[in-house]
Amino acid sequence: MQDPARVTGNSVGLEELLPPLTANEAAVEAARCLMCFDAPCTHACPTHIDIPKFIKKISTGNLRGSARTILESNLLGATCARVCPVQELCEGACVLGAEHKPISIGRLQRYAMDHINSRKIDMFRPAAPKGKSVAVIGGGPAGLSCAGELAKHGYSVTLFEKRDFAGGLSTYGIIGLREPVDVALAEVEMIRRLGVVVESGKELGANLDLAELQSKFDSIFMGVGLGATPDLGIDGEEHIIDGLQYIEQSKVSARQMIIGRNVAVIGAGNTAIDCATIAKRLGAETVTMIYRRSENEMTAYPHEYDFIKREGVRFSFLTQPVRLLAENGRVKALECVRVSLGGKDASGRPAPQPVAGSNFMLEADQVVKAIGQQKPSLISKLGLKPDKGFIHVDGNFETSLPGLFAGGDCIRARGAASTVMAVQDGKLAARAIQERLEAYG
Amino acid sequence: MHRALEAGWGGVVWKTIGAPVLNVSNRYGAWHYGGQKMLGLNNVELISDRSIEVNLREIAEIKRAWPDRAVIVSAMVESKPEVWHDVIRRIQDTGADGIELNYGCPHGMNERGMGSAVGQVPEYCEQITRWVMEVAKLPVIVKLTPNVSNIVMPGRAAVAAGANALSLINTINSIIGVDLDTLEISPNIGGKGGHGGYAGPAIKPVALNMLAALGTDEIISNSHLPISGMGGITTWRDAAEFLLLGASSVQVCTAVMHYGFRIIEDLCDGLSNWMDEKSFASIPEVVGRSLHRVSDFKDLDLSFRAVARIDQQKCIRCDLCYVACNDTAHQCIDLFDKDGKVVQPGAYDIRSNGKEDAVSARPAVVVREDDCVGCRLCFNVCPVEDCIEMVELPPARPSVTWDQLTRNQPKVTEDWEQMEKYRAKMGIDIH
Repeated sequence: MQDPARVTGNSVGLEELLPPLTANEAAVEAARCLMCFDAPCTHACPTHIDIPKFIKKISTGNLRGSARTILESNLLGATCARVCPVQELCEGACVLGAEHKPISIGRLQRYAMDHINSRKIDMFRPAAPKGKSVAVIGGGPAGLSCAGELAKHGYSVTLFEKRDFAGGLSTYGIIGLREPVDVALAEVEMIRRLGVVVESGKELGANLDLAELQSKFDSIFMGVGLGATPDLGIDGEEHIIDGLQYIEQSKVSARQMIIGRNVAVIGAGNTAIDCATIAKRLGAETVTMIYRRSENEMTAYPHEYDFIKREGVRFSFLTQPVRLLAENGRVKALECVRVSLGGKDASGRPAPQPVAGSNFMLEADQVVKAIGQQKPSLISKLGLKPDKGFIHVDGNFETSLPGLFAGGDCIRARGAASTVMAVQDGKLAARAIQERLEAYG
Repeated sequence: MHRALEAGWGGVVWKTIGAPVLNVSNRYGAWHYGGQKMLGLNNVELISDRSIEVNLREIAEIKRAWPDRAVIVSAMVESKPEVWHDVIRRIQDTGADGIELNYGCPHGMNERGMGSAVGQVPEYCEQITRWVMEVAKLPVIVKLTPNVSNIVMPGRAAVAAGANALSLINTINSIIGVDLDTLEISPNIGGKGGHGGYAGPAIKPVALNMLAALGTDEIISNSHLPISGMGGITTWRDAAEFLLLGASSVQVCTAVMHYGFRIIEDLCDGLSNWMDEKSFASIPEVVGRSLHRVSDFKDLDLSFRAVARIDQQKCIRCDLCYVACNDTAHQCIDLFDKDGKVVQPGAYDIRSNGKEDAVSARPAVVVREDDCVGCRLCFNVCPVEDCIEMVELPPARPSVTWDQLTRNQPKVTEDWEQMEKYRAKMGIDIH
């Protein structure tokens, strides 16, 4: 594995947006917490971190204890502190939210996590070896969480990662101003120090064989995430940049990155917003987000939408791209058509219907698409039972293949895909795997 | 001094002039809590470290410049009659309006037989006050130390010696803390530290109690000596409470040290507006107005009954009342789900998450009034204004005090078996 230090850090303009809290800011904010009993923030957190407990520990200056409280429920506490949609989760449930300002739970969590990470303090040691081995496929948040939990309990865990670095979307797919690369990589290192062996460049179905893993390991967990951005199916598609790659470039090779002068971003989800932010902050003159529905249907979180509006990005709602025009390999424009909204479609949202004769040209020299991710391609290859195109799992995160567990975005047939949900999947799957392996002695 | 009087203060207590001293660095230590600074302030500062001549000259200047403001000079000297006579005469020569005898300083000066070394011994307090009164032509205020078991004793001593007024409280003996990095006493004075005098908002309840103790003592109240109150006064609300418990003037120090002289504006403005709202035309109408309500436990009405009631509209469901009642009181608050069933805390599915789940599943906290003893703990922990109300219920039995019980049914107050019988007869059931 390449030295993480050689990964190009965060490019100018995409440094972490929120500064760390100062000791005094953290103390004052922590003191505001009412310390609710059986607190709603803890319920709202998908990993159910005991939030009043870790906040009280900040106010008493017990930062190690605070970090430990977070990590006991969520090994990726440093990532979640930065990327969680707290407005929809813990902070959204804060009892102070109705008439006051909710506690800045995310930033306090980051404060506690930064304390131990900057001092390279490990809160856990692996338990005595159990003599059982588990393979984890995919080094994203679900895989890391599962691997770390199992290693903590004495299981011998090997994590197979297809990329150079583990961390999944935390490393490659979340814009640096929300989470710098080194935060994600430090978490990978922390999981490695728990004894997890990380083998990078190993991809299931390419150079990794399921049958072989099944023979070598006592159990397998799969957190393979989702695929690339799907095709729009329009002329000139080959000139359109995959939004995930756009973000990845901004994180690992920003200096080589080419940013257009007039950038069009297709899509209105959180990833599309990240792409628009990158374009705007790295030098584009105009950035236009193109979405075929209206702002009422957009999937981005309201706080992300508020953010991008303040970045000075333009919006073209009710607009559908129909063709990309390029000359000599250079993007010139995106031909779009106006759309009206009809009755509800299969997704329960109003179906966009092109308005005949409303075509127009949107000048652009760079077009990025961020319209979701392809469903996991392994389902048919491995003969797994699907669930709306995702991998079907039972209540214990076990797939239709006995002994093969899965979690994270690849099973997210319901609910919003998010890092914290993936962490919880990994944690619960680790519990189920542990129970299974203990039951079979 | 000029700045204080320009800001609108009614007067100054010039403290404290007297014996020669040398002060130390790191003389103030503070108690901060919950993100709030200086809820308590501890000092090992001695009296003025400028010479008595300089002080006396400046007192005269200030009085000349501000003839309509009160200038009281606080003094503390060696416990010898001739030394006291001398300092009193010199103070009188400045044109000051009064003298405060500092019998309170609990550190340093007391080791030299001054300050609280005097205030803690009623006989010394009386003796020295007599020496002062022999030469005093100005009103003399005796300032009492709270570092005694009964504040009434030194108060009576001052009355007996013919003092013109009392003031209280001086600072309370305290050690502010220990530094957990260095293990030094905080604040660190060259590797050492020690007790100092505690002041600031934290001491107000102690001061109010001592003020009321003087006001309810027969000898002291019959003396009709005015009392100047102090100890933690920060806002007009604090000042009003001191007035209601018998102080006819108040003094402020720590709050000024924290925020500056400007705080006098709201002290006056707030007090004045409150007095208007309550239709009080003058300070004397307020002074001592709540004193008759101060009672010993033995004279409280045991039939008085109040229960906690939670306003479900205002409740933010922090459940602090629930945990307080369940862990440390009478376990009479229940959690009810939407269907009206009693539920246990944390009774949600591990897969449930998000703000909608968390908020909608939050149970309601409801008091079982039959079991509520009216302890008022939930009322005190509730963070929401006017959410928990202590509702007064009609008494379930005739009014009685412990004093009456002791006199009329002494067995009940001495023997648990008799007490149980009495309870059964009176219908007193303690959950």
